[in-house]
Amino acid sequence: MSVLVDNAIDVPVTPRMTWRETLRRHPTMILGGTVLTLLILMAIFAPLLTSLDPNALRPPRRLRWPSAEYWFGTDMIGRDIYSRILYGARVSLIVGFGVAICSTLAGLFIGLVAGFNRTGDAVIMRIMDGLMAIPPILLAIALMALTRASIENVIVAITIAEVPRVVRLVRGVVLTLREQPFVEAARASGTRAWVILMRHILPNTMAPLIVQATYICASAIITEAILSFLGAGVPPTVPSWGNIISEGRTLFQVAAYIVVIPGLFLSVTVLAINLVGDGLRDALDPRLARRM
Amino acid sequence: MFAYLIRRLLATIPVMGVVAVVVFSLLYLTPGDPASLIAGDHASLQDIERIRVNLGLDKPFLIQFGTWLWNIVRGDLGISIYSNQPVLDMIVQRVEPTLALSICVLVVSLTLAIPMGVIAAWKVGTWIDRLIMGFAVLGFSFPVFVIAYGMVLVFSLNLEWLPVQGYVSIKEGFWAFLPHMVMPSLALGWIFAALVARMTRAAMLEVLSQDYIRTAQSKGLGTSKILIGHALKNASVPIVTTIGIGIALLISGVVVTETVFAIPGIGRLTVDAILRRDYPVIQGAVLVFSFLYVLVNLAIDIAYIFLDPRIRY
Repeated sequence: MSVLVDNAIDVPVTPRMTWRETLRRHPTMILGGTVLTLLILMAIFAPLLTSLDPNALRPPRRLRWPSAEYWFGTDMIGRDIYSRILYGARVSLIVGFGVAICSTLAGLFIGLVAGFNRTGDAVIMRIMDGLMAIPPILLAIALMALTRASIENVIVAITIAEVPRVVRLVRGVVLTLREQPFVEAARASGTRAWVILMRHILPNTMAPLIVQATYICASAIITEAILSFLGAGVPPTVPSWGNIISEGRTLFQVAAYIVVIPGLFLSVTVLAINLVGDGLRDALDPRLARRM
Repeated sequence: MFAYLIRRLLATIPVMGVVAVVVFSLLYLTPGDPASLIAGDHASLQDIERIRVNLGLDKPFLIQFGTWLWNIVRGDLGISIYSNQPVLDMIVQRVEPTLALSICVLVVSLTLAIPMGVIAAWKVGTWIDRLIMGFAVLGFSFPVFVIAYGMVLVFSLNLEWLPVQGYVSIKEGFWAFLPHMVMPSLALGWIFAALVARMTRAAMLEVLSQDYIRTAQSKGLGTSKILIGHALKNASVPIVTTIGIGIALLISGVVVTETVFAIPGIGRLTVDAILRRDYPVIQGAVLVFSFLYVLVNLAIDIAYIFLDPRIRY
């Protein structure tokens, strides 16, 4: 697996536009990138940005509305929502990036096998069709119902739900490339199959794959929040944005801020990643950009 | 065409087979003893044993799978661990709210999304296009429960126009049913509309660059006739495909929306089952939803024959 990736990074993907030009044409990508960087810094330096323990209970100070003392208020058992939001950013980003990396690697590997091996293709694609017929959140729910709640299990569950889409993408690219004259020429001149795979096929899957990875990252963050919201996500002891919303749900009519603030953070994060993804798509894959 | 119909119908069998194998083998692939996991941390040994027998976990794998599959084919989805009722009965009792919500979402989102996509493609590059696409990006980025709670905050708690939550069956009158459906269908409809509007725009752009559109323009046909009669009609296949694939998104959204608005449908049943660790119900719901998804896409594939006479099989 790691061999595949090392080689992939060595091969440059030539964008049709220079980076500066792309950035000038897509100010939204700069906006998304800046917001995302700020959120990542916020997650990394969470302990420095707050002096309050996100899990410390202060029952006498429960349900305080946002104020100078508690920026985002306190929840029903007096925990400081501001520090819970900071630490919650860690969960969302770890799950988002974790799923994006795991599902692209697994999907790339399975997709390459399917695209290059006809017998394997039939079996793999039947399995992928079946997996795709199960709505992703339900598949993740079914997996989570059978394992102990933990961040690792959430990543695995969402990865399994996302992999079929990556496999389809990679296989599609491989199938079109396989019939291209330059691949045929390579094959005719006696190049070994795995060299063709590494040198000609793999670099061409990178652009759509990177774009797909950003969208998977965004959708994984939403899925994690939904799983936690429904009670099938990360354990309730871990402050995550989905958990904060889930706990604040019953008190929505008296303390809406408990739901609204993490909801805004969630939406802004996903929006930032989507804007970066749209920018990358336009820069790396102009053909797709025109269509979308 | 008849041969195609038969082939297409037969093609759904392996897909449903894989769904069944996946849903069934989840119990085995997960680490640890599923019976004690489902029973929870405070279960007695008898409870664990009861669940083991209920799920048939005490028998060999292939026999279990065979029995389970045969039962499903006969319409027996097992017995709920929590309520001891047949799972299929529990699901059937809750079909109506889920179906009502899904239809409302589809109606709301399609009436919004298709005109939006058409206009965005027609006015491509202008501020109207950017506005519509911005609306779509927001729809992709906001989780459905965030939109839903935002709407509740504005329309129920501040303006007091609509009920906070709950469900009234359409049997009790359309005007009693409607207020409870407005926010759920708008919240989920926005997300679904984002998907469809984006695809409509993309498909329309593809068609609008064709020669026959230029011909239609040069012979002096009106804009609305070109857009709807020529372009949209030819762009309909990818749009309908997206709607079919989007049904998975819709189903996921229904589960969340029913929870936010306390609508007693299959989604709510699934969420209650998670909290009670009622695995047969989760399994049944996943199977039923996946089956629906496959059926909808089958129907769409068949509809292509009528939508696009160029398609010949």
